[in-house]
Amino acid sequence: MMLFAADPLLVGDFGWDTLAIMLGKVVIAFALLMLSVLFMVWFERKVVSDLQNRIGPNRAGPWGLLQTLADGIKLFFKEDLVPNKADRFVFGLAPYLSLIPAFLTFAIVPVGGDFTNNNGVVPMPGGEQTYLQVADPPIGVLLFLAMSSLAVYGIMLAGWSSGSKYPLLGSVRASAQMVSYEAALGLAVVAVLIQSESLSSHDIVAAQQGGIVNWNFFATGVVPFFVFLIAGTAELNRPPFDLVEAEQELVGGFHTEYSSIRFALFFLAEFMNTVTMSAIIVTLFLGGPNGPILIDSLGWFFPTFWFMLKLFVFLFTFVWFRATLPRLRYDQLMDLGWKLLIPISLGWVLFLGAQSIGRDRGWNSIAIVAVTALVFAVAGSLLVAAINTAKADRARALEEDPEGAHGRFT
Amino acid sequence: MTDAVILAYDPEVPRQIAFFLIAAVMVFSAFRVVTTKNVVHAALYLVLVLAGVAAQFILLGAEFVGVTQVLVYIGAVIVLFLFGIMLTRAELGDDESVATERRGMAALTGVLLFGVMTYAVVDVFDDQTIDRTEASTTGQIGDAIFKEYIIPFEAVSVLLLAALIGAIVIARKD
Repeated sequence: MMLFAADPLLVGDFGWDTLAIMLGKVVIAFALLMLSVLFMVWFERKVVSDLQNRIGPNRAGPWGLLQTLADGIKLFFKEDLVPNKADRFVFGLAPYLSLIPAFLTFAIVPVGGDFTNNNGVVPMPGGEQTYLQVADPPIGVLLFLAMSSLAVYGIMLAGWSSGSKYPLLGSVRASAQMVSYEAALGLAVVAVLIQSESLSSHDIVAAQQGGIVNWNFFATGVVPFFVFLIAGTAELNRPPFDLVEAEQELVGGFHTEYSSIRFALFFLAEFMNTVTMSAIIVTLFLGGPNGPILIDSLGWFFPTFWFMLKLFVFLFTFVWFRATLPRLRYDQLMDLGWKLLIPISLGWVLFLGAQSIGRDRGWNSIAIVAVTALVFAVAGSLLVAAINTAKADRARALEEDPEGAHGRFT
Repeated sequence: MTDAVILAYDPEVPRQIAFFLIAAVMVFSAFRVVTTKNVVHAALYLVLVLAGVAAQFILLGAEFVGVTQVLVYIGAVIVLFLFGIMLTRAELGDDESVATERRGMAALTGVLLFGVMTYAVVDVFDDQTIDRTEASTTGQIGDAIFKEYIIPFEAVSVLLLAALIGAIVIARKD
């Protein structure tokens, strides 16, 4: 049991009540995630309607709240089609491959616990104590990165196994996009890890404890936060990065051939991923459940309340993106990822590393900033010069040979 | 913590059972990688083998190496394999053109490699045992890489960078 030794639940004997609490946490987390998906689908439709001056779903239940449930039941009773040329086993497997990573990532998110007075430990009936997260493995955030790199399998295999060209194009786009943005995502996470000096999600939240001043606004709140938000949206394949299922170009993208409950599973996975990604952003950058405890006797309530509130802000942001931003062109997508986000986040990680060493060695912090600014200026102008040279080369090649193999997008 | 203890027995027993179960899945999948005629299925069986390796690392208490295995091999290398397969020959079903005539040489190479690696592992580690009392080995690995092995680490990084630049130079014609 040494792998999970950080959670006080697993210190000491492993008895039946320990097992019961563990199972309870898993079941409650799963149920909460499912409920939040139901809510999120309704919320997205309603907010997008409001932003587009429409009414949106309002028939099933109060304010149309049960619309998702009705749609789910409808999909469940639809005929399940498998294309003639499909690879049947992989076709059936793909929806689950995109659903499971979404849930597993949520396991490391601390959703409550008083970090101010009690280091996030919550007493449980039966004398046990625990953190309010399904698991706190010492590898913590690496699990999130591993799962987000596994999420590409569901989309990729769905597109390939359909035996049809639009899904295949969608999944080729998806894999290129997700592999590209994973690098920026990982580098943004590294900046957070340099500040928290631990991989565990519990320790990351604990390091940001004690009010807004400890959320590291300078170190992680600006550059890594926005890089993570953009790269995270691209990982989710949500608008404006939804080239994977661009309706005008690819019918429905990777899930064109899916129907009935299998389509519902993809739909579920997409929204579950949105909720999980918002939860991870809150954990990494906004102190997770940290917040003022206004009434002492409600100490168990406020952390979860603050977590939910912060989560809600990001759920709204993702919907807002969808309603506001036009979809990127494929070359713009690749340019943004490789030529902007990766260099910026890499440079920021190097800067934070230099600062961290400077603190240990007692270097002058102004000198560090000056040297970094100089290095950034040189590296940035070299990068811009390289990009401009490549662009000019291609433009010249296109002029000499307009029908050539260099493509129109430069 | 006063009630009946259900995990008081030797944890070596479930570890051994898990090891052999995972090893059986790995051997079967490794065999299917080279016998299946469907290229995408071969890549997916390879995913199973690599996931088994990651699981064995976690069983040994090396969770950092395990998750890195998932992150690098399953999450990046095989994804690029599949990406390449889909861009070039994405047909579904069995591919009869998969080469079979060099089977003998491939088997011989495999057996020889197995022999060399077994000898190397037995020769180096002999009957050493791993100390599994440490809660997490992640910090130790970080210290070892960035203190003791910093020169080889940087050398490998430069080598990878050279490979990256080489790939771009070869791929770009302009």
